[in-house]
Amino acid sequence: MLAIFAVQLTLAVLVTSVFACIQYRPLLFFSSGHTNNWAVLVCTSRFWFNYRHVANTLSVYRSVKRLGIPDSHIVLMLADDMACNHRNPKPATVFSHKNMELNVYGDDVEVDYRGYEVTVENFLRVLTGRLPPSTPRSKRLLSDDRSNILIYLTGHGGNGFLKFQDSEEISNVELADAFEQMWQKRRYNELLFIIDTCQGASMYERFYSPNLMALASSQVGEDSLSHQPDLAIGVHLMDRYTFYLLEFLEDIHPSSKANMNDLFKVCPKSQCVSTPGHRTDLFLRDPGSALITDFFGSVRKVEITMETINLTEPIQQTYSYVDQLPVSEIIHQKPKQKDWHPPDGFILGLWTLILLVFFKTYGMKHLKHIF
Amino acid sequence: MMPVPSSVPQPKDDFQEELVIRPLHSGDIYASFQFRTLWETDFMRGNKVSHYRLFPKSLGQVISKFSVRELHISFTQGYWRTMQWGQPFLPSPPGAELWVWFQDSVTDVDGTWKELTNVLSGIFCASLNFIDSTNTVQPSASFKPLGIGNVTDHRFLRYATLPREIVCTENLTPWKKLLPCGSKAGLAVLLKSEKLFHSSFHSQAVHIRPVCQDWQCKTTSWELRQTLNVVFDLHTPGQGKLEWSLFKMFSRTLTEACPLASSSKIYIDITDDPQGEQFEVSPATHLLSQAMVLGDRRTFSVYDLTQQITFGTVRSLNLLIRWKSRDMLRPLLHAERYVAGYGLQTGEIHTLMYNNHPYRSFPVLLLDSVPWYLRLYIHTLTVTSKGKDNKPSYIHYQPSKDRVRPHLLEMLVQLPPNSVTEVTVQFERALLKWTEYTPDPNHGFYVGSSVISSLVPSIVAMDTNSTREQPLFSSFFPCKEESSYFMRVYTEPLLVNLPTPDFSMPYNVICLTCTVVAVGYGSLYNLLTRSFQIEEPSPGLAKRIANIIRKMRGVPPL
Repeated sequence: MLAIFAVQLTLAVLVTSVFACIQYRPLLFFSSGHTNNWAVLVCTSRFWFNYRHVANTLSVYRSVKRLGIPDSHIVLMLADDMACNHRNPKPATVFSHKNMELNVYGDDVEVDYRGYEVTVENFLRVLTGRLPPSTPRSKRLLSDDRSNILIYLTGHGGNGFLKFQDSEEISNVELADAFEQMWQKRRYNELLFIIDTCQGASMYERFYSPNLMALASSQVGEDSLSHQPDLAIGVHLMDRYTFYLLEFLEDIHPSSKANMNDLFKVCPKSQCVSTPGHRTDLFLRDPGSALITDFFGSVRKVEITMETINLTEPIQQTYSYVDQLPVSEIIHQKPKQKDWHPPDGFILGLWTLILLVFFKTYGMKHLKHIF
Repeated sequence: MMPVPSSVPQPKDDFQEELVIRPLHSGDIYASFQFRTLWETDFMRGNKVSHYRLFPKSLGQVISKFSVRELHISFTQGYWRTMQWGQPFLPSPPGAELWVWFQDSVTDVDGTWKELTNVLSGIFCASLNFIDSTNTVQPSASFKPLGIGNVTDHRFLRYATLPREIVCTENLTPWKKLLPCGSKAGLAVLLKSEKLFHSSFHSQAVHIRPVCQDWQCKTTSWELRQTLNVVFDLHTPGQGKLEWSLFKMFSRTLTEACPLASSSKIYIDITDDPQGEQFEVSPATHLLSQAMVLGDRRTFSVYDLTQQITFGTVRSLNLLIRWKSRDMLRPLLHAERYVAGYGLQTGEIHTLMYNNHPYRSFPVLLLDSVPWYLRLYIHTLTVTSKGKDNKPSYIHYQPSKDRVRPHLLEMLVQLPPNSVTEVTVQFERALLKWTEYTPDPNHGFYVGSSVISSLVPSIVAMDTNSTREQPLFSSFFPCKEESSYFMRVYTEPLLVNLPTPDFSMPYNVICLTCTVVAVGYGSLYNLLTRSFQIEEPSPGLAKRIANIIRKMRGVPPL
């Protein structure tokens, strides 16, 4: 009798615990803010000696495809063709490691904008969605307000601008305004912006829209350097930052729990020679809670179960969904508090001035009267 | 979901694939893939097609949306060397070429053409959206429809080439995805980009046209042909022996035919050596077939991949072809084109057409589409054969309009036997606006290939019955008469330098001028207006604030 009672008790505990887990599952599914992933990968350089910029973009493309984002959700823009270039000793290949270890071009690549089509105007039109009506779907960024977008730019840049194809430039102000247009049209949920150019940090200085996180390969005043040349091909194959980024991403798999803080550590100054920078003040979540696969992969939190779940029990507690886009809150919120910094030069200078004036006025001999 | 009524018959569709391998005189080897889907449906007459099986949906939707009657698009890397390699089964010019016949129900052909090029640029990952009115022409006599149809009003024809277009894996990938078996089974398994693009010539094309279903031709069906021609260079793999195998060419062997294909065959051209002395193919086969192609009767060894016995005990087929020397099929029609002249102002385009037939003359139709920035002087047009003037019997010329239309010149010229005909025309180069230059203007500007279409007299009687079962490579061009066959030859594209400004000069000029103005004007202004005064050095900030406080206290300042 006691045994039967114990069995019934354990069964009841089991059922309620299992039932509690089932109730918890919808919360788990909707706790991440995005439902689809997009990537816009742009290489802005032309000519054979800029092989490394195409290799940079293709290695990010390869990682993003490997982690699950399909071709229909990737807008790949390559300003010149390196793989079938007549100077390429191994046609239809683009290598990232010397001795031709890894062919990032692969066998299944779809380039959406190529050659002369990669212009500042086309790039901004893709971002803002203002394309002519006859543009095919593969050339459009059809994101919505639940999309996480990864934007990767590489090429030659300077303080506040990025050069497109040796003939025009995009400035950091234009880029920031394009992102603001995207925000106002609700074209993204969260956006990760990575740039690998010289003085790349200048390109994210002017951002002012929420939910943006930015990474750059070098600070203002520094050059991003290339990694290693291949003597058979005759040019530098990759840039340092993207080379170590590719190495980092090769270890990520779709169920990986690595977060953005790991990404900030990629390529320290000892490996990169330049100082990579990042900007997270416009990002609402803590970077430590944003997974790498939130931007680089296309991961769904779906669990398939073969057992039938009896839902006849009444639910005790009513749940409600969190307001996904409380517009008034977001627009009027204050930016995140910056961490405390020790007083910088201005404050120190001000205090020194006050002290100097004090002592000059009252003379040093009065010191003993004060103290 | 509504149940499909079993009484409604599904339109029949059929898929065939074939590969023809022809060793060439120079030691190179020519491989031509053709994949044909025939579908007995009607895109045009109201009933919406909703179930696609073998025919790719993306192309079917393009045909019905844009009321396309015929579509021919090709992407080519390299130039076909007629004198070394003979004639190709399907000719194509370097770069991208697109020509389309629209149905006569289309009211705005130009608008439809623009939308069609944009959609195709998305399907094939190519920059076909650069096709606009400045490089589109309406040929009046060339490019007659290759399929059946009544309308030949050239208002519904549009032709454009992009000679600068690059072909690479990103064009091959969507092309392979249009095949019913993809690249997973059948002959398409051999299409690996690393080997295909490491070749002297690579061309992939899609041809869509309506064809007769049977010899009575009361009903039509839609034919989609996807073709891929590639010529592998003898010296690429590093050896000079005349020995090729499927594995050496494609780095793959065949294991099965495409299960959806009704016929899957490989043909190897063994015409020059029926006894097998100089020519060796292994594994051997006794299936032989003869076909009339390009005015000649050729003999082929056939390998039928739908038969399991072809793969032998190892379950894979790797054909090995070995030969000692080979005679070349001397091409009867051949053409060259080049730019003569010096400097950056004027020049002359010369087109040479060779008729190598010993005693027969035949007419050729020459189509030239020259961009507007090369201003042709048509009064200097001369056509000479064997030193004498040769007046064309038909000339259609449409002059260009700056930034709107290119030049279009079509001429019907009779080529005398065993002769060279030279067509020359002088031109002047235009100066473009500085925004019209490409980012790499010092490379030059391309002029598309000339197209020479002709009915060449053939040595053997050609087969005019188009619905008889024959290999795909011999049935592409419709054959109306027995004594000649249709051929199209493309010349080289031209690369001309336009007078290019130095684009760094605006920056240099601004820097220099501002420096000169600043130094010159600044010095002059100082000389005229500067006067010197004596001034006490002002005390530091701390001292000044201390003086203010001392003044307030009534104490003398520091």
